[in-house]
Amino acid sequence: MAKSNAKLISLEEGGFAIFLVLLAFVCLIVAGKTFDQVMAFHAGIGALFAAISVFLIFKNYFDDGGEAIPAEIDGKPNYNLGPIKFGSIAAMFWGVAGFVVGLVIALQLAYPALNFDLPWTNFGRVRPLHTSAVIFAFGGNVLLATSMYVVQRTCRVRMPGKILPWFVILGYNAFIVIAGTGYLLGATQGKEYAEPEWYADLWLTIVWVMYLLLFLGTLWKRKEPHIYVANWFYLAFIVTIAMLHITNNLTIPVSIYSTKSYIVWAGVQDAMVQWWYGHNAVGFFLTAGFLAIMYYFIPKRAERPVYSYRLSIVHFWALIFLYIWAGPHHLHYTALPQWASTLGATFSIILWMPSWGGMINGLMTLSGAWDKLRTDPVLRMMVVSLAFYGMSTFEGPLMSLRSVNSLSHYTDWTIGHVHSGALGWVGYISFGALYCLVPWLWNKRSLYSLKLVDWHFWLSTIGIVLYITSMWVSGIMQGLMWRAYDALGFLEYSFVETVEAMHAFYVIRALGGALFVLGALIMAYNLWMTIRHGEAEEADATPAGSLAAAE
Amino acid sequence: MNETYSAVAGFAQTWGLLYFMILFGIVLAYVFWPKNREKFDDAAQIPFRED
Repeated sequence: MAKSNAKLISLEEGGFAIFLVLLAFVCLIVAGKTFDQVMAFHAGIGALFAAISVFLIFKNYFDDGGEAIPAEIDGKPNYNLGPIKFGSIAAMFWGVAGFVVGLVIALQLAYPALNFDLPWTNFGRVRPLHTSAVIFAFGGNVLLATSMYVVQRTCRVRMPGKILPWFVILGYNAFIVIAGTGYLLGATQGKEYAEPEWYADLWLTIVWVMYLLLFLGTLWKRKEPHIYVANWFYLAFIVTIAMLHITNNLTIPVSIYSTKSYIVWAGVQDAMVQWWYGHNAVGFFLTAGFLAIMYYFIPKRAERPVYSYRLSIVHFWALIFLYIWAGPHHLHYTALPQWASTLGATFSIILWMPSWGGMINGLMTLSGAWDKLRTDPVLRMMVVSLAFYGMSTFEGPLMSLRSVNSLSHYTDWTIGHVHSGALGWVGYISFGALYCLVPWLWNKRSLYSLKLVDWHFWLSTIGIVLYITSMWVSGIMQGLMWRAYDALGFLEYSFVETVEAMHAFYVIRALGGALFVLGALIMAYNLWMTIRHGEAEEADATPAGSLAAAE
Repeated sequence: MNETYSAVAGFAQTWGLLYFMILFGIVLAYVFWPKNREKFDDAAQIPFRED
């Protein structure tokens, strides 16, 4: 037996271990005493995850004897890539799952028999599963992974902690599992994009505060004096999401043994807070976070600095100061006072400027290198994402106007708008980032196949175009049918007639979705083959240093 | 109802506007301050300066 040179367990390891042991016990007690089967199931999962985590902490401690991981090796930062690798794979997994579920619910709308008359497979339960899977599971893992990567690289320092980064990424994915299974089993707050019940929210709050500390800790240790603009966007994303999440989920559970909770405010106040949350989830989760990706990955891939660093600073401050006011445009013609709804619409119009400022900054980064679009499908994907960003941030302010909204609201036009942003902007910039990140993380020279990226690009672009055009036509038709009166002042169409008229467009939309899923499957295969069989970078290269040679 | 609207609208149209204009002015001054030019040009190169 080797002579023991084991160090004492660190405060971090011990602290997390104690916390997780306590959590496991609390979960066990709740699981045993609850009258709510969903709570019993979730508490059981919680106890299991917590217990496994404690086991892993101690296993890791005994394996390495508590030896500290060096922050630098040969004067170069020893970047922590493990949690980022996990996040990238998780993003790809949840992405495919979320897209497939989206395809299923698109088909359910066209062919209602696919609901199977079962509570768990009903559209009402599966739809939040789709939205959360793509936004929070896919998008969230992309943001966690890229933020951990970008902040380390641009600060030129290893992120702090041994357990902390793993706690953040695994804890976040545990939240996804709890939230997603909850929807299928019927546990929901019924608030769009904020469906998870109180215990899942509480857990996410803990994870998110840890994420903030991890990010701030990395900035604090930085070797680079200036904080690169991408990190500003990531930080705004983390801080604002914490604020939104906590405020919109100030609920009181019926009992700690129950999945059900009630929000502390009611009626129109609740609605206003919900859409303040909802719109800023779009603004700070789906925009600020992915703009951070744009500001790092597009310059990296195009091998030229961002078009204007000054514009990026104006972009940042304008965006974060304006976005937070736009929420009320979701509540036109409701109990919300008209001045609040006007305020929301006004700020939505003003937002057009920073949105397009950012888009132009990203696009112009390619000036003088446009030829790369022809040869590099990854870069093309990211540039097309900016085009979709520009399109949906033009469409959004338009739809926020009361007169337009009176036609578009509650129709498929909204769904089309959301998907041009979600599939086109968020999806494509994420795909581009993953296509860059995976070879860097696994120390590969390049992707397994650029040709497959090309296939992915064209299939999913056709898919998106089918999706949004069919929803435009279907949505505007639906809105016009709802407001059509006959000569005697009666409504011209019954509701079911509008549903019948939309069938063809639902089928086209599902076809577009199927092409998008197909593209994502090609991507998953391509990334998997890159990891397994990609050509290795030079033996002496630092991890993830594939672009070092180009400098 | 109407008083609330006029009070809020009045406040927003004067102080709110001023607040945003001043903030915007500060950001522009910071961004275009001649001494900062070098700093920003340098910062734009950060992604290419990694180990």
